[in-house]
Amino acid sequence: MAIDILMPALSPTMEEGTLSKWLKKEGDTISSGDVIAEIETDKATMEVEAVDEGVLAKILVDEGTEGVKVNSVIARLAEDGESASDVEAAAPGAAEEKADAVPAEQSSDQSDKDAQVSDKAGPPTPAVSTLKDPTVPEGTSFVDTTVRDALRDAMAEEMRRDDAVFVMGEEVAEYQGAYKVTRELLQEFGAKRVVDTPITEHGFAGLGVGAAFGGLKPIVEFMTFNFAMQAIDQIINSAAKTLYMSGGQMGCPIVFRGPNGAASRVGAQHSHDYSAWYSNVPGLKVVAPYDAADAKGLLKAAIRDPNPVVFLEHELLYGESFPVPEVEDYVLPIGKARVRRSGTDVTLVAHSRMVGFALQAAEKLAEDGIDAEVIDLRTLRPLDTDTVIESVKKTNRIVTCEEGWRYMGVGAEICATVVNEAFDYLDAPPTRVHQKDVPLPYAANLEAMSLPGTADIIEAAKKVCHV
Amino acid sequence: MAKAPSKSKSSTRKNKLNREEALKFYRDMLLIRRFEERAGQLYGMGKIAGFCHLYIGQEAVVTGMQACLKEGDQVITGYRDHGHMLACDMDPKGVMAELTGRADGYSKGKGGSMHMFSKEKNFYGGHGIVGAQVPIGTGLAFSNKYRGTDNVCLAYFGDGAANQGQVYESFNMASLWDLPVVYVIENNQYAMGTSVARASAEIELFKRGISFEIEGEEVDGMDVYAVKEAGEKAVKYARSGKGPYILEMKTYRYRGHSMSDPAKYRKREEVDDIRTHHDPIDGLKARLLKEELATEDDLKALDKEIKDIVKAAADFSLDSPEPDPSELWTDVLREVESV
Repeated sequence: MAIDILMPALSPTMEEGTLSKWLKKEGDTISSGDVIAEIETDKATMEVEAVDEGVLAKILVDEGTEGVKVNSVIARLAEDGESASDVEAAAPGAAEEKADAVPAEQSSDQSDKDAQVSDKAGPPTPAVSTLKDPTVPEGTSFVDTTVRDALRDAMAEEMRRDDAVFVMGEEVAEYQGAYKVTRELLQEFGAKRVVDTPITEHGFAGLGVGAAFGGLKPIVEFMTFNFAMQAIDQIINSAAKTLYMSGGQMGCPIVFRGPNGAASRVGAQHSHDYSAWYSNVPGLKVVAPYDAADAKGLLKAAIRDPNPVVFLEHELLYGESFPVPEVEDYVLPIGKARVRRSGTDVTLVAHSRMVGFALQAAEKLAEDGIDAEVIDLRTLRPLDTDTVIESVKKTNRIVTCEEGWRYMGVGAEICATVVNEAFDYLDAPPTRVHQKDVPLPYAANLEAMSLPGTADIIEAAKKVCHV
Repeated sequence: MAKAPSKSKSSTRKNKLNREEALKFYRDMLLIRRFEERAGQLYGMGKIAGFCHLYIGQEAVVTGMQACLKEGDQVITGYRDHGHMLACDMDPKGVMAELTGRADGYSKGKGGSMHMFSKEKNFYGGHGIVGAQVPIGTGLAFSNKYRGTDNVCLAYFGDGAANQGQVYESFNMASLWDLPVVYVIENNQYAMGTSVARASAEIELFKRGISFEIEGEEVDGMDVYAVKEAGEKAVKYARSGKGPYILEMKTYRYRGHSMSDPAKYRKREEVDDIRTHHDPIDGLKARLLKEELATEDDLKALDKEIKDIVKAAADFSLDSPEPDPSELWTDVLREVESV
């Protein structure tokens, strides 16, 4: 049967072009890969190479013809054993490609329609309501533990439990951790599983992703998340997206952890809060705990999670002590907020270090007769919006508290959700507390002015309560 | 002690070829070529969209390297990846159906040309960010060493990626920790439209490992036997625990960088010269005939077989349905089994 040679497209948007030149003439024998013609659009010229073999039986579009539609037949090829006259006899268009049975346009219309339908159906939402913190049996003793040691204990316990878990990063082994979070792990687990890396964030983040693809469970420590900007391509393009791009084949069980946000007097490049950045990305989970028990329980969960988890710690919390329940294997669910203080007048939503300020603010507000509810988000992605909405329905007011900038931030997302889902319950505009919209200054007074704190939360809460 | 990089001689070795192996090489290279030509055609018909980088001209590299691997060894590459997948024995139907964005593609239609994977065949992608596969491949090698296997990872990248910083971060760690990885630089002379000489201060890319104490070698990437010979040495080296190895494959792509590249930065004569005098498939065909390991008829029959496989793949890729709309929401995250 004769083979049609079709006008090719140079790009998906090209609809027609000029057949500028034939490089073969009727009667020529053609092999796969031979250049047979040149075509051009206003943008480019390209050579048409033969895919099939045979004799060029008939040229149907003369060179120099403009406005040749893509996919129209420009020539016919006679295969072995066919004569050119057999080919001419075949009516043009008779050999319609079966491919054309599904015209591209129609199929994309179809998928648009379907996409709309499923958008209405919405993404499958995790059943947050079923997530519960483990019950701590009555009589359990609580041990005062620093956040630093709680994180360390979480890693040590998970490394004991699973040989595939290892930790890598700058100064994690012999130096015992730049902030001593990996203290004594080298002594217990050895250099194979506690790996000092060169200063090479992009490289070791990518190496960690490869190790996770290879079946290991890396914990990649960034000395601070400021340095992870060097590695953010690997975190997002490789770790977060590959499961989807592989149709579910390539899981990436990895934890990227380290201190995030402001430290103390270290200037703009060492004080960035990346909460909103990572929370923007589907394919990641983002955890940002406040106290030591949550740090421990959530880091253990993050290490066991089959997905990439960005675990945002806070340098200024490392040394703070909190009671941690003395139970075996304390694992908390990722994606569940904790109501740290119940109240009826205003909802304060915070994560990481801002939780502490929100709690202090609530105590002060109570002195003024305002009963604030404090929600510790603990996880930013997936966000436990149920808990927030439920609270707002009760208090009718919300103040979001984040250490980062306001623009396109965590608070913006929460406020938009509240407006969408609890609009009729609101007695005041949702309000945000956040860092001032400047790079964090070094000078003590300016730094203090720039960062949000208890006073800002009190002020915002009073405002929404019209006090 | 720095190991001296070397330029290997082209393997116009005089030894007689092993018939079975030679025919397999011929077949494997031809499959890639015919597959890519068909992909190019489907692109021209609007059935494949987006970016599509063809491997035509470079077939000897993956074919020769694959012959050096054993069960459990991993392969990872960039976005010019169709040839690597076929070399890894992935099904041409599944690869083509991914190119057309259909449900039966290797990534269920959600990855496309640059993002395909097969855990079963130890093919780890398919990466669209230039050079990103290099640390990932190094990490796969890390996992081999960690587990105590003697498997090796082949991390392929191009002359363009060879200028990315993360490549050197990877070289450093791989050498520091003696990781079993072979870096295969496919130097096809042009990073999109920029020739190696216009982009690289040191154009002999096999020397790029010197400051990391990584041995490197230049190889005639248009000769499948030269590739295999160098590949065996490099893989053996990595497998024995000595650390990484660099192979710079001097090769050439006949087509543009991607489908929309008219390749005006090089002369037609340059391409013609390579195709006429250095084509990896024609070269092997001539040897097969000269050494009387196959007749014209044998090769014609083989051509027909390959053509049929590729035709079947193309038909399959067009018959396969578009992904179900519900697939929009799947594979974003894995379910947490139990906490």
